[in-house]
Amino acid sequence: MLQARQLTKEYQSGDHRLAVLRDVSFTIPDGAFVAVVGPSGSGKTTLLGLLAGLDVPSHGSVVLDGKDLTSLSEDRRAQLRGEKVGFVFQSFQLIPTLTALENVQVPLELRGENGAPARARELLTRVGLGDRVDHFPNQLSGGEQQRVAIARAFSNSPRLLFADEPTGNLDSETGARIVELLETLNRESGTTIVLVTHDLALARRAQRIIRLADGVVVSDTPVEPAGEPIEPASAIAPALRD
Amino acid sequence: MHARQLLRLAWRESRTARRRLLLYMSSISLGVAALVAIDSFASNTQRSVREQARALLGGDISITTRLPSYPTPIILALDSLHHEGVGLAQVSTFASMALVPRTGATRLSQIRAVTPGYPFYGEIVTSPAGEWSRLQAGRRALVDPTLLVALDAHVGDTLTLGFAKFVIAGTLVNVPGDIAIAAAAMGPRVYIPERYIRETGLLLFGSRVEHETVFKLPPSLPLQRFIYRMRPRLEQASIRYRTPSQTEFNLTESIDQLRDFLGVIGLVALLLGGIGVASGVNAFVMRKIDTVAILRCLGATSRQVLAIYLLQAVVMGLIGASVGALLGVALQFGLPSVLTDFLPVDVKVTVEPTAVGMGLLVGLWVALVFALRPLVALRNVSPLQTLRRESDADALRGARVDPVRVLVALGIVLSVVALGVARADNPRQGLGFSAAIGLAVAVLFAAATALSLGARRVVRPSWPFVLRQGVASLYRPGNQTRAVVLALGFGVFLMSTVYQVQHNLLRTVNVKLDASRANVVFFDVQEDQSAPLDSLIRAQGFTVVQRTPIVPMKIAAINGVSTAQMTSDTARGRRRRAGWALRREFRSTFRDSVVASERVTAGRFHTGGSPVAAIPEVSVDKGVAEDMRLALGDTITWDVQGVRVPTRVTSFREVNWTRFEPNFFVVFERRALEDAPKQYVLLADVRGPAAVPRLQRDVVSRFPNVSSLDLTLIQQTVGRVLDRVTTAIRFMAGLSLALGIPVLFSAVSATRRERLREGVLLKVLGATRRQVGRIMLSEYLLLGALGSLVGIVLSVGGAWALMHFVFRQPFQPAVLPSLGVAALMILVAVSIGLLTGRDVFQETPMAALREA
Repeated sequence: MLQARQLTKEYQSGDHRLAVLRDVSFTIPDGAFVAVVGPSGSGKTTLLGLLAGLDVPSHGSVVLDGKDLTSLSEDRRAQLRGEKVGFVFQSFQLIPTLTALENVQVPLELRGENGAPARARELLTRVGLGDRVDHFPNQLSGGEQQRVAIARAFSNSPRLLFADEPTGNLDSETGARIVELLETLNRESGTTIVLVTHDLALARRAQRIIRLADGVVVSDTPVEPAGEPIEPASAIAPALRD
Repeated sequence: MHARQLLRLAWRESRTARRRLLLYMSSISLGVAALVAIDSFASNTQRSVREQARALLGGDISITTRLPSYPTPIILALDSLHHEGVGLAQVSTFASMALVPRTGATRLSQIRAVTPGYPFYGEIVTSPAGEWSRLQAGRRALVDPTLLVALDAHVGDTLTLGFAKFVIAGTLVNVPGDIAIAAAAMGPRVYIPERYIRETGLLLFGSRVEHETVFKLPPSLPLQRFIYRMRPRLEQASIRYRTPSQTEFNLTESIDQLRDFLGVIGLVALLLGGIGVASGVNAFVMRKIDTVAILRCLGATSRQVLAIYLLQAVVMGLIGASVGALLGVALQFGLPSVLTDFLPVDVKVTVEPTAVGMGLLVGLWVALVFALRPLVALRNVSPLQTLRRESDADALRGARVDPVRVLVALGIVLSVVALGVARADNPRQGLGFSAAIGLAVAVLFAAATALSLGARRVVRPSWPFVLRQGVASLYRPGNQTRAVVLALGFGVFLMSTVYQVQHNLLRTVNVKLDASRANVVFFDVQEDQSAPLDSLIRAQGFTVVQRTPIVPMKIAAINGVSTAQMTSDTARGRRRRAGWALRREFRSTFRDSVVASERVTAGRFHTGGSPVAAIPEVSVDKGVAEDMRLALGDTITWDVQGVRVPTRVTSFREVNWTRFEPNFFVVFERRALEDAPKQYVLLADVRGPAAVPRLQRDVVSRFPNVSSLDLTLIQQTVGRVLDRVTTAIRFMAGLSLALGIPVLFSAVSATRRERLREGVLLKVLGATRRQVGRIMLSEYLLLGALGSLVGIVLSVGGAWALMHFVFRQPFQPAVLPSLGVAALMILVAVSIGLLTGRDVFQETPMAALREA
């Protein structure tokens, strides 16, 4: 459902062109859990931006559910994001002037949907923050903020979720819980997850790893299942489906 | 997204920014307050004038002449009107010395002799009450309270006017149509019954008396029919008439001019406020980049993003404008008491919904259009900012030529022009005003840019660290140099212009002693009194400095064309000579040399050597000659007490009218008027304590018709009048200062967070509070100095333009007041800068880092 076709991104640096991504092509089917890894400067954040429609490539195209994102206007891409895509960021990216409840409502209100407060409350309860709905981001811990971000990301029942270093600003225990949540979402709701990280251990939780180095894909391989089963997530996970 | 959801999101998202946004929007509050107060006050005053127009005139119509009596056709017409039931009343006004024998004090006063029935409309209020209705009962006088003070008299004292004596029956409290400050300037008023005017013996040859006849028309004779009947006769006799609508027109015209003048200040305040709004909203936008990027990620379109923040600006702008409107209404109630000395009517103050509504709309519009400029940049924020943060400037940068930004900039320019034209008397004036504002802004903007660029080049490594840091603040990214210099510079420009104009106007009206040190003038001296008066003055040991003859006359013809024909030519719209000159009584003199207060500008001043058979020569004042469109060699035929005297114009003079000595529009060759009936003006040098009042008393006792003026008294009177004008001017200057402060606050506090962060970092790195303070001090000193300097330069230009084009007076820059204003504004800038950055001093680095 998500196709990258010969994606190339170049920037002007002084008097020459700098290619951050070169001829990147792959397909991600519905329901997949894919990790994109690579060292700092490998182009993984640039790739994320292109896949999510936040940016346009210098050459090539991105096709999401049959729609070529590169041919759409910025506003049309924004609308598509509102309909089909969710985001989880390393720095949570919550709007500081809105409460947890209001943050989760934003994607629903942008689409003009009724019943946003009730849906938002339900989602927050399901990520374990039912009693913190009226708190502002600066009143929540890092893990709590990330859970609010996840609830927001799922408010529009996205087909595709992009997570950019979702555990980067969290301690290991909290980070592990967040990853479990994402795995459960992928399993239970069928949401395709694209996880960008430099952490190989985290990447191995995915089903497939695409490795980038110097702007090109150096490998694209499935992940061998680990010996130990993955612990089931909390009972809240099934409720995050539609 | 539904409108309600949009509103809700806009409201929620504004939570932490409301106070800041309100501060920015308060920049326009004072401007709105000024406009609402001024427009409301003007409407109130105009309505009061309209309602009281007949009371101001005292009748349905009035006619005025300076002739000793009306021509026969007019007298016949007045008789027939009287028989038709038209009410007539007369007021004869002239200047004369009023003497209280008990105290011996005397003062030049404005005598008004009235017939029964005056005024037909309106009420003259006296103290004790009701004395006006008893005025005609006998030899009674009603006087200005100031006359009692000046003569050390009280009600019940005898007052001598010429050869007649009156009892002071009471004082005047309110006379409709009289402006208090004019009364103070022209001399205290004395009302007496008209039937005793001859008894005073004051109406002699050459006396300047104005006779006004006021009419009350019966229902059978409407005003227009009266005018239709009387106009031909009045025009034939060169007699003016005045109706209530003309009175109303004249007064409302003056009020309009006052409103326009004050309105300029209000408009400038509003535009200055707009600059404050733009500056503050610009900083607000910088803070919202991250939030906008998140919204874009979540699916918000650029239009939705703009709508959210525009809504916030609209609400805050509405609040700011509303506060301003309320303040304006409050100010409106205080204005009449401030301006009472300048108003001819009692002003009834009511809230004017139109003025309030217009002020609100204009304020909101200005706030919006200036806020829109930085807000449209939010459309350019990419959702990519959530992944990779660029600098603020790069984040907001859009296409090289953004049509929307161009439209907004055009909107601002057109708004300024539209506001200027709407407030001005005519489009040309409005465009001129807008151009002047644009020029001032451009100059200040260029100066600020030059400061930024220059600072970068000028700074040297050898300079002390604190100075280098302070200078670096002027050109660092996100600096507020332009906004602060604009706000400061404009404030200085306004204040300094007001003081420069005041200084030059005061210089113009200062009455100066002439070189021979005369300090008393005696006038209305009859020909047979001149020598005896001269002797009386010398006998008391004083010097007669000058004795000047005066001959009253009117123009009969110019270059063979009679005044009647010239007047009708004027009526047919041909190129006109000034009508006032054709109607006026000239008071001319004769001599064969120029005096110290004159300078010949064209031709040759007559020296008395022309042949007896030749037409006598005259010299004419330059300004009068221009009004009358005279050229050298033109002939003027004068009517001197019924005798025709032809003359030829052989020179023009520039006269210094501020000098304390008799000056004349026209000076004749001696031989032309030596034998004409004349009166005299004597200038005397009278020194010593109480010498002047004593001499004046002696003169009035012996020559009751002779009036005198003490220069000291004139200076005191002028000073009193100017004091009140100065108070109004100082109020305007203070208002200008007040206008600049919120704008400065807005501009400076917009960068508070950056200052805090920088200051905290410096403290973490080891800087003391004192060092951080000195860095801030050096930055604001530089900003204050540059803004003030540019403002002063602009004010000199502005004041020159006002003195040259509006007041038509010479201009001299006033250095001290301008330096004072500059020092004050620098102090204001430094104070505001240190005040808004005080957290740097008070908080610990950790606490501040957390907030930053």
